Amino acid sequence: MTQAVNALARSDAPVGRSVGKFAAMTVVVVGLAILPLLLSSYQLALATQILIFAMLAMSVDVLAGYAGRTPLCHGAIFGASTYVVIYASNEYGLPLPPALLLGVLAATALATVFALLAVRTAGVYFLLLTLALGLVIWGVCLRWTHVTGGENGLRGHLREGLFADIRLLYFVVLTVSLATYWAMHRFVSSPFGLTLRGIKDSESRMASLGYNVPLHVFVAFTVSGFFAGIAGALYAIFNNFVSPSTIALAQSVQGLLMAIVGGVGTLLGSYVGATVIILLEQFVSAYTERWLMVLGAVFVLIMIFAPEGIVGKIRALAKRSN
Amino acid sequence: MNRRDFLKTSSSTAALAVGTVAMPAVLRAQAGGPIKIGLLSPLTGVLAAGGKELVEGFELWWEQKNKEVAGRKVEIVVEDDASNPDTALQKARRLVEQANVHFLIGNILANTGLAVANYVKGNGVPYFIPVIAADELTQRARLPNVLRIAGYTGSQMTRPLADWCYKQGYRKVATISQDYTYGHEMTGGFCQTFSEAGGKILQQFWHPLATADFSPYLGQLANLGADAIFAMETGADSTRFIQQYKNFGLKEKIPLVGAMNLADQSVIRTLGDEALDIVSCHSFAEGATDDGTKAFVAEYEKRYQKLPSVFGTNHYAGGMWLTEAITKIGGKVEDRDVFLKAVREVELKGSPLGPVVKMDAYGHPVYTAFIRKVAKRSDGKLWNVVVTSYPNVSQFWTYDPETYMKQPPYSRTFQGIKS
Repeated sequence: MTQAVNALARSDAPVGRSVGKFAAMTVVVVGLAILPLLLSSYQLALATQILIFAMLAMSVDVLAGYAGRTPLCHGAIFGASTYVVIYASNEYGLPLPPALLLGVLAATALATVFALLAVRTAGVYFLLLTLALGLVIWGVCLRWTHVTGGENGLRGHLREGLFADIRLLYFVVLTVSLATYWAMHRFVSSPFGLTLRGIKDSESRMASLGYNVPLHVFVAFTVSGFFAGIAGALYAIFNNFVSPSTIALAQSVQGLLMAIVGGVGTLLGSYVGATVIILLEQFVSAYTERWLMVLGAVFVLIMIFAPEGIVGKIRALAKRSN
Repeated sequence: MNRRDFLKTSSSTAALAVGTVAMPAVLRAQAGGPIKIGLLSPLTGVLAAGGKELVEGFELWWEQKNKEVAGRKVEIVVEDDASNPDTALQKARRLVEQANVHFLIGNILANTGLAVANYVKGNGVPYFIPVIAADELTQRARLPNVLRIAGYTGSQMTRPLADWCYKQGYRKVATISQDYTYGHEMTGGFCQTFSEAGGKILQQFWHPLATADFSPYLGQLANLGADAIFAMETGADSTRFIQQYKNFGLKEKIPLVGAMNLADQSVIRTLGDEALDIVSCHSFAEGATDDGTKAFVAEYEKRYQKLPSVFGTNHYAGGMWLTEAITKIGGKVEDRDVFLKAVREVELKGSPLGPVVKMDAYGHPVYTAFIRKVAKRSDGKLWNVVVTSYPNVSQFWTYDPETYMKQPPYSRTFQGIKS
């Protein structure tokens, strides 16, 4: 414990702040870990869903918040991973670990292909190109009935045996979620990540400084696809079912919305955004089918009063109070 | 930010999250308390109109029974599946795990039904499907807790129609259908029986759902020299097809037979003479003269100012079925095995689905199938009247079930056509 404190003390930030941050993180992690004791199985399933979608939102945030390229194809990458996991376990009888690995690899490969096509575009063109690529994948899943089941989708049997109990699944998802958060945090705080932020601020300046901008964006895209693939693979276990709606444009949009509502450029924001959107849907749809109107209204309010997102706003207020 | 503020914000956020999530009251179902039924229906999306009638039909039955059965109150929890399988799955989970319903019933689209069936496979919750017609669910992929009360399969009702067509003297038929599983199954049932009887299927046309313009297909259909055209259409496609069939001049030249959805009340109530004389086959006809149907149609028309369609009818009959099963076991729906056994053993009499309806060994009902024709009622409204009936039509027609299930499921590439 002392070593950790000393290590923190050697960093640039004042000691009190880093220890405080560490303590806060520990409180949150412990709180998440004891959630199974407090919640019913349905609520725990909601929490698991929030964690999975937070991972998707984080993968979008890596590109949108740190590299400055807003993608609309991560739902397709996420869903492709889900399809591959369920297909592999159904058709080839693969046990869970290799099926999950295959899903993540497929998602990463897909992201690589998308990246190669999209890397030289930016802004609105990047948005449109990724949207179109996502739609291509959706179209394939809808029509290739022989493999993907078309409209009917694929039904899995991944919630039997070990994962029949939601609590074990929750812990696995929580662990993976925390690990991916840590990995993404290290990624965006590394020199590579700082270069990405430079690209977001001013691409021409970075290019004139000699940085290979397309290569950096390419790597960032592939890495974000890797994380979206992990989320998709876990979703395959959680949902035990995949259909074209998992891979549709609406999924990409939802991932992006979660990142924006929480705060683009703050990885933590994805957790907050996922929680807000999923819980809002739960509560409002109990009263009306038009929950999307309420979501839209909330989104408009956030864009007016806190365009940097919830976490972004909290951080801005905190900075001001210092 | 200093440590105190950070801790304050993060812990209050966490507390808020836990607090809001833990808030909804979790009701525990006790024996003796109300029976909670989870009704899933597409209230938004492509099938919203049918979904609304589904709920209306179900609620009409329970209103007539004062919302109680076997001395227990009945609570119906309605959830919208948005015509989408992922949403259907989510809502099914919510109904079972949060609202603690005793069983699930509903859905229209086959893909939503398959998704929910996959979910109840894991937890044994009874799931009843009066409208979902995916053949698989009571054949190759059947489950002990998924029963098609008051429902039908895609291929079940088109086979008697094929037999009737052959007996009418039609020998050459061309088919046109929506290109998805339900369409494949309905058309496959027709084509297999018609070709095995000795008829010839000239050509098959498949089009995507929501086709606005049928002229390329109608042009070809007119020139094939067919004795009759078999059309499988649902919803807005049905309306457009029937109108364009008339406009193209085909109505006077080639008789039109079709899947029951083509001539369903939900379609023909908005049409005029162009819909007259279309022949289809189903276990329900609004103009049937038996007491059960007449009473139901009169009640429904009084309550909702329109004639009932398949969605409302099947769910009304489903409600009737459930009441009979639950009354027989004295209301003890918590004991799932006893409940499911009672549901399988029901012999439904006096329903709008014909004189007597019983289940086969595979969880699917056997009906008297009515060959029906669209006609005008005395007040000018269009409805289906019975031409002739085929008793004891099961989902397997005259085939032996085990042999039948060895053949592949109907798809675009397999239509059972005997050459």
